[in-house]
Formats: sequence, structure tokens, C-alpha cells
Amino acid sequence: MSETGKIWALHLALIAALIVAGLVLPAYHQGNLARILVLATYAVGYNLLFGYTGLLSLGHAMFFGAGMYGLGLAMQHGDVSALPAFVIGLICAAVLAAVVALLALRTIGVAFMIVTLMFAQSAFLTVLYFGEWTRGDEGFVLQQATRQIAGVDLSEPTNRYYAALILFSAALLITLKLVRARFGRVLVAIRENEERTRMLGYDCFRHKFLAVVLSGTLSGAAGAAYGLLFGYVGASFTGVQYSIFPLLWVLLGGAGTVIGPFVGALFMFYLIDYASGWTSAYMLIAGAVLVALTLFAPLGLMGELRKRWLRWLP
Amino acid sequence: MSKLITSRRGLLKGAAAGGLLAASPLVSRYAQAQSSAPIRIGFQQHSTGIGAAYGRWYGRTTEAAAKAINDAGGINGRPLEIVAEDDGTDPKRGAEVVEKFANQHECDVAFGTLFSHVVFGSAPAAGELKIPYFVVSEGHHVASGALNRYTLQPGITDVKSQVQAMAPYVSQNLGKKVTMIFPDFAFGHDHRDFFTQAIEAQGGEVLEHIAIPPTETSFTKYFPKIPRDTEVLYHVMVGPAVLTFVKELGEFFGPSAPAIFGFIDSLEAVDMSSPGLEFLDGTYFWEGMPRYAQADQTEYDKAFRAAVGVDENGASVSDAKDVSTYAHMFGCWETLYIIKRGMEASGYAGPQDRAKLIEAVEAMSAMDEGFEHPQGPKIFNGKTHQTFGKQYISRVENGRMVRVHSTSIEDTFYPDEVDYTAQSF
Repeated sequence: MSETGKIWALHLALIAALIVAGLVLPAYHQGNLARILVLATYAVGYNLLFGYTGLLSLGHAMFFGAGMYGLGLAMQHGDVSALPAFVIGLICAAVLAAVVALLALRTIGVAFMIVTLMFAQSAFLTVLYFGEWTRGDEGFVLQQATRQIAGVDLSEPTNRYYAALILFSAALLITLKLVRARFGRVLVAIRENEERTRMLGYDCFRHKFLAVVLSGTLSGAAGAAYGLLFGYVGASFTGVQYSIFPLLWVLLGGAGTVIGPFVGALFMFYLIDYASGWTSAYMLIAGAVLVALTLFAPLGLMGELRKRWLRWLP
Repeated sequence: MSKLITSRRGLLKGAAAGGLLAASPLVSRYAQAQSSAPIRIGFQQHSTGIGAAYGRWYGRTTEAAAKAINDAGGINGRPLEIVAEDDGTDPKRGAEVVEKFANQHECDVAFGTLFSHVVFGSAPAAGELKIPYFVVSEGHHVASGALNRYTLQPGITDVKSQVQAMAPYVSQNLGKKVTMIFPDFAFGHDHRDFFTQAIEAQGGEVLEHIAIPPTETSFTKYFPKIPRDTEVLYHVMVGPAVLTFVKELGEFFGPSAPAIFGFIDSLEAVDMSSPGLEFLDGTYFWEGMPRYAQADQTEYDKAFRAAVGVDENGASVSDAKDVSTYAHMFGCWETLYIIKRGMEASGYAGPQDRAKLIEAVEAMSAMDEGFEHPQGPKIFNGKTHQTFGKQYISRVENGRMVRVHSTSIEDTFYPDEVDYTAQSF
């Protein structure tokens, strides 16, 4: 099979496996996987910027939050129905990403990390400041009856699972197409050597700008979907830990691999879920596993696979 | 579709098989197992995160209540089993834990959440999975109508009723010009809005609202904003920096402080004899339930302390420095007894009876003070899913809090904001 054939076969097989999983998994794991798929979409968005472009953001929770609040506030205060509200969420995330990109891309390296962190902290405090509408840290509930698209009740577990899967599949395939296209190769070139890429005549700023906007919009789609599918919009999702999570998932799964963010999110979710059943110090176990992985698989799970056996893995 | 037995031979075979099965010890053992299988209570515990101090004591109280109920024969002849899961005081994890209770642990109900954001995050999952969710949070979320029919708060009063009931005493005994200091998030905003309204109804006024950002660790810079003509300083603070807040407040005022009225949340699980807190002598606190055993201590309070392992100073009997969250944790005890009462009234046999259980709790009204309700009598409003009860004001005297006022239940009433009974299951 050609390399392209193998690549498409692998990713389509993953989607097919997830379709089957939705039919055969017990209710608890189906619910978990629905959550993981939304979070993996967030990680896919993050990976586009970090894994492929080499820009380490510590503030992606603001994009996730922009999508979530864009949808949530429109539904809660504007009586907007779910689908247009989802689009509003996407637009909010895209606009915020464009503004942040224009300002933050004036910096590089550690300064970029700090600037994105500061922007995210401002976004978090903005949510708290406008507590009259956002209900601050408490957040608010999106009533079950409003969480429908074209008559499909998205609070129903199976519908929710397949809605999450559609979102994740779209994000996965868009990213796969993108990183194998000319645009994606330029992003990788920027990651590897920005100066040389510029010398070759590419407009690095424009590529990085588009990468931030795409990454922010995908993250916002995940945030909006999270609010819509699970019925809760809250400030904790804009906090610093939700900027760190996608970094961890991507590092664990393999930065710069299309499939890695899903593997990382899946691994981390179940690690915490099972470890919390054994001990109250489950974060200690999670920490130890992370240290071990960093030491023995520094490229992440899929990154190591690519290095050792699957050289063709995108 | 099941196959029907129609022929005579088939009928005989079927009857013989049925007779054998009925006589089988396996079947009787299975029936026994069903009737005496434990009732599983999913306890959503804040074991880690910002609510850990509360979670620890909520856990001890819950275990003590479960033991007391089991020692007295359980519920409908079945023992109670507590299945605790840590939610990390996080709303996302909270929802996952509720799903785990419903779909993996096969719990009958979920219970025990304190922090409002976790309640908000988890309530949709409870509504979707149709598992009764009994929160012990004191938030106004349930009674405000923001949640759903599966979420109830029958064992602890809400912040709106607590705050409102304080205003008459504050205005008549401490002063009418109030400055409020509160955390700048939803819990603080509830205090701001409800108390401002209540003190104005008493002819008083709030001179200044001082909101402290949640990320703050030092508070000195906020105190100069307190107007000089303040007669009463009203404070409420939660989180890890509460002790710093109260200490810095004392350092700021020195000996010439206005009357100080606080919610004990500012010092919940904090030892009153901690250095720097001496200035609190003579100040007042709201308490959900008096931390220090009072001169007229009821036998119910005495029994509750003994069962949970709390001494007369509100600390653990095994460690005097391990101070309990006494003003809140009674809610776990009382809620478990309400679940028991609801299950007995509805003849609860399993998850298929969850709606009946909720209807049985909704039908409750008066809850008399007693071993099941050591905090005091309550009136439950089935429409709003919220309980109402007495509130206490204590004065700090020689490092101990002495109760100086008890409100009536009626002081805490406010008009209904929702009728959950009108929602379908």
C-alpha cells in the first residue's frame, strides 16, 4: 500500500473503530469517550500550533472558553438556538484568536508563552468580572430542552457520542489534510527553522497568524461543543489548568502527530479515572507516569511509534 | 420474542423446570441477595482541590451517619453503603463522577456536593441520567430554578435565606451603616446582592462594596477603602487565604475597629486560637450550627458530636488542632436521614423507584429537631427543593464563639422562584 493509502487507512480506521465503539461500549465508557472526543478536538487544535508550528501557547483555555461562552451566553441570554449559537461560539474564538495572534506573534519563544498566558488570565478575569451575565466561577447550566439541533436531543447519550465523534472526525481529517498540504509543510518548516523558511521566500508571519486562528477556532469549536453536549458553562474552563491540559495531552500522545492528541487525551483521562479508584493521591500517580513517559518516550506515544516503526505517520 | 409453551409435553416440561428452579437454593439465595443488597449512596467528595478541608469533614460526617443508620437497621431493611469519589472540587470532574455513580457503581442516588460550581457542573449529568442528586452546598442554585427536578437541597439552608435572616440583628444591634468585603465571584456576589437588599429593608445601608479578586493572597491594600463612618464591617471569604485575610484585617484596625460581623466561612476549619486572631474577641459570626458546645447544648448536638468524633470546641477528638467545618457538615448527616425517610415513605426498592423517591421528598415539609436533625427544626419546600431553618449568630468571647441570637425559620423565608414539581421526570 502506498504511504498515502496507509495514512488514510489508519485515520479512517480510527474513526470506524470509534463508530463501532459507540455501539458496543457500556454506558459509562461511552459517556467517557464522548468527553474524550471533545477534549481530543481541543488537543488537535492545540497540536496544530504547538506540534506543527512550534509555537508553545500557555493560554489556549481562552479560545476554548471563547467558544464555550460564545455559545453559552447566546443561548442563555439571547435565546439563540443551538446551531447558530455554535456558530457564534466559533466566530468568537476565531476573532479572539486573530486579535491575540496580531499581538502575541510580535514575540517569540518564552515571551510568546508569557504573553499567551497573560491574555488567558485576562480572559479568565473578564469572565469573573462580568459575573452578572456569566455567573462567574459558578457558571450556568444550559437547560436540556434547549440542547437540540434539528430535533436531535444532544443530551441523549448516544446522540451526544455521535455528535462528539462528528466534531472530532472533522477536526482530525481537516488537520490531516492541512498538515499534508503545502500550508502544513511550511508550518513544519517554520517549526524547524524560521529564518531559513523566511529566506526561502515564505511569509512566516502570515502562516503563523493563520495557524493561531485555525488552532484557536478548533479549540473554540471544542469549547462550544463541550457546553452544548454536557450542558454546563463555567469559568474553570478558562483557568490556567485548561491551558496546561492540551499541552500535556499533546506531549503524551506525540506532538506533531495527527493522531497523538486523541491518544494523549484518552490515556490521561483513563489514567486519572482508574488511579482515583486506587488512591486519593491519584495526581501523584499521574505525575509519576508523566515523568516516566518524558524520560522513556520523550516524543510521546505516537511520536515514539513513528520514530521506531511507522516512519510514514503524519 | 420469548417462545410460548403450547404442547402438553412442553407444558409439563416447563412446569417441572419451574418447580425445580423455585425449589433451588440458588434462587432463594438470589432473591435474598436482591432484598438485602446495600443501598448505594454515591458520595461526591471534595477530597482534593479548594474544598479539601470541607471534603474531609463531610466524609467523616457521612460515614458516621451511614454507621448510625446501619446500626439502627438500615433503610427498608437494607444496609447503606457509601461509595465515595473525589471530584477534585472541579465541575468537569464532578459531572464525570456523577456519571460514574449512575453508570458504573450503580448507585441509587448521588449526594454530598458542597461547592456551587461543582453543583452547577454536575446537575445536568444528574438530570440526564435521572439519578437523584442531593447537594449539601448552601448555594442558592437549587431554589433559584437554575437546575432540574433531580437536584435537591433538603439538608442545609441556602445563602439567600441565611444572609436575609442576619439583617434584622445586624441593624438593630450592631449598626446601620455597613461596609461589605466579599470574594469577587458568584458566592460573594450572592452575599453582596442579598444582604444589601435585606439591610435596606431594615432601614440600613451599605456604604461600600469591596470585592476581593479570587486570586488575591494579600488584602492590606483593600482595607483603606473602608469608609470612616462604617458602623459594621461585614466580611465573608473562602479558600486557602482566609486566615491571612482575617489576620490582616486585625492588623489594619488595631484596637479601634467598627463592629465586625462575618460569616464563619471566613474561618471554617480554622482554629480560633491561631496567633493573630485575638482581635476577633467581641466580634460576631453567622454559624449554621454553633461550633462550640453551648451552655444549653441539646442532647442531639451532643450525640451528633460523639458520632462524628468532634469535641466541645468543634475539633477532632483525636487532634485538637484539626478543626471541623461544623457550620456546614451537619447537612450531610441530615440529608442522609432525609434520603432514608424518603426511601421508606416511597417503598424504594431500586433505581426504577427514583422518581417515587423524589416525589416522597417533595412531599416533605416539617422536619423536627432531633437526632436526625441536630442543627435544628426545618421546613422543606417541595416546590423549590430547598430547606429552610434556623440560623445562629455567635459572639467571640475569650476565644470561643457563644451563641447570642437564633433566628426563627420564618425569618429565612422568601417567595418561591421555581416550581420543580411542574417539571416532568
